Amino acid sequence: MLLVPCPHCGPRNSADMSYRGEASSRPDPASTTPAQWRDYLYMEHNPAGWLRENWYCSSGCRRFFTVERHTVTSEFREPPLPGSKTALPLSKTAEAGAGTDQQGGEK
Amino acid sequence: MIRRNRAPRYSAAALLWRGARNDSWPRVWRDPALKKSYDVVVVGGGVHGLATAYYLAANHGIKNVAVLDKAYLGSGGSGRNTAIVRSNYLTPEGVAFYDRSLDLYNTMSADLNLNVMFSERGHLTLAHTDSAVRTMRWRAEVNKLQNIDSSVIGPDEIKKIAPSLDTSPNTRYPILAALYHPPGGTIRHDAVVWAYARAADAYGVDMHQKTEVVDVVCEGGDGPDGKGPGAKVTGVRTSKGDISTPVVINCTAGWASLIAAMAGIQLPITTHPLQAAVTEPVKVFLPTVVVSGSLHVYVSQTDRGELVFGASVDPFATYDMRGTLDFTEELAGHVLELMPAVSQMRLLRQWAGLCDITPDYSPVMGFTPVEGFLCDVGWGTYGFKAGPVSGEQMAKCVADQATPDLISPFALSRFDDGVLVGEKGAAAVGH
Repeated sequence: MLLVPCPHCGPRNSADMSYRGEASSRPDPASTTPAQWRDYLYMEHNPAGWLRENWYCSSGCRRFFTVERHTVTSEFREPPLPGSKTALPLSKTAEAGAGTDQQGGEK
Repeated sequence: MIRRNRAPRYSAAALLWRGARNDSWPRVWRDPALKKSYDVVVVGGGVHGLATAYYLAANHGIKNVAVLDKAYLGSGGSGRNTAIVRSNYLTPEGVAFYDRSLDLYNTMSADLNLNVMFSERGHLTLAHTDSAVRTMRWRAEVNKLQNIDSSVIGPDEIKKIAPSLDTSPNTRYPILAALYHPPGGTIRHDAVVWAYARAADAYGVDMHQKTEVVDVVCEGGDGPDGKGPGAKVTGVRTSKGDISTPVVINCTAGWASLIAAMAGIQLPITTHPLQAAVTEPVKVFLPTVVVSGSLHVYVSQTDRGELVFGASVDPFATYDMRGTLDFTEELAGHVLELMPAVSQMRLLRQWAGLCDITPDYSPVMGFTPVEGFLCDVGWGTYGFKAGPVSGEQMAKCVADQATPDLISPFALSRFDDGVLVGEKGAAAVGH
């Protein structure tokens, strides 16, 4: 079982959530090349380490959020805010209020 | 069929002779030192990697081959799967491919002179909803067109084949029909690993255990360190030293993305653990393999009498193979819906293996944009049953320097071309 830190509902069992995969930005359909579109649709980084990913709190607040999770140790941390280089520890979630942003785009 | 230079032949006479003289059996395969150079390096010492090495040597005479594994042979998916084989897939490409694998499994004990304990006990895929019945009919028709023994049967016939199943209409998800596939069955998966390892060793293939690949050396590519599309493989760096080689075959499961990234290749793969569990042994009562997609469970009884269960992969990507209580609870509930009589049986243990899931539930096989770097990955939950044919076709691919017809639908380039091979209907629940 994975306790997923929803920024609104707090830690919840992953069974209450829906996993929405790696966070990646959607290229502009008007100017993208087929190869870039292919990469966006299908290719994954699938790292054994920190992964920036989207979750959907389907049985709770029904909102999307982005977190970073270590795919080997299953630790969570807040993704870095736009413009900052370092990730935030999860305890800062409330003050930072950064959990809801959907900048990655749902994949 | 195999010319044997070292390993003695296994037979009843050999058993009697050694038993009578109280002889010890010699080591089955060598533990050679790492050479500076090989013609082909196979990464991953499971069924796929060992079969590839064996068929390179046996069918194509390419014997200067190394198989590298970071743990021991068969320590990954090959030793963690639930040992089920079948060929009743949904797409014509899938059916042809898996049927060839079943052919090779059928004669494996004789071909490789090691008893792999193939039990052709039949395979039932249950349908609990109208849409599942429709998929079963579809699969049966695709199968029949390709001469696969596969048909849809009703609850009465199911009850005759597997009396322990609750086929009454009073359950939450009543069994409406099943796809019956008599050639399916189970095999002892460790024996398959040992058979290929022993046979490959007899041809002079070097198997290096506890040898982890830390980098793939490339030149001439667009990316950093000369990697990426357009590059050419020149060797691999391992925890035991460097090897120069023109051909590297990625036969890993779970670590496929990481090995491919070492050559600058990105794959359409996410890694999920698949959990399985086994009960205490009881007398034989379940004569076939039973799979239920709607209930997310598949079960077979081993020769020892234990029930082996598996389910679908965990719903998020992770390399963490810890067992979860969620899985056990859900599994137990679903098994009891199918077979109420086993409610008093005790679960002995549970484990997990890593599965590389692709978007269309078909593998990624053959050449990549890096010259000399081939992939046999993305085997999701269906890698074990495809082991022999994958090895045979990957060996042919390397020897002929061309993609064989049987695996051309599974090329990495299908994602560029938009020609996916959708097997979700027949492979989404791992079995």
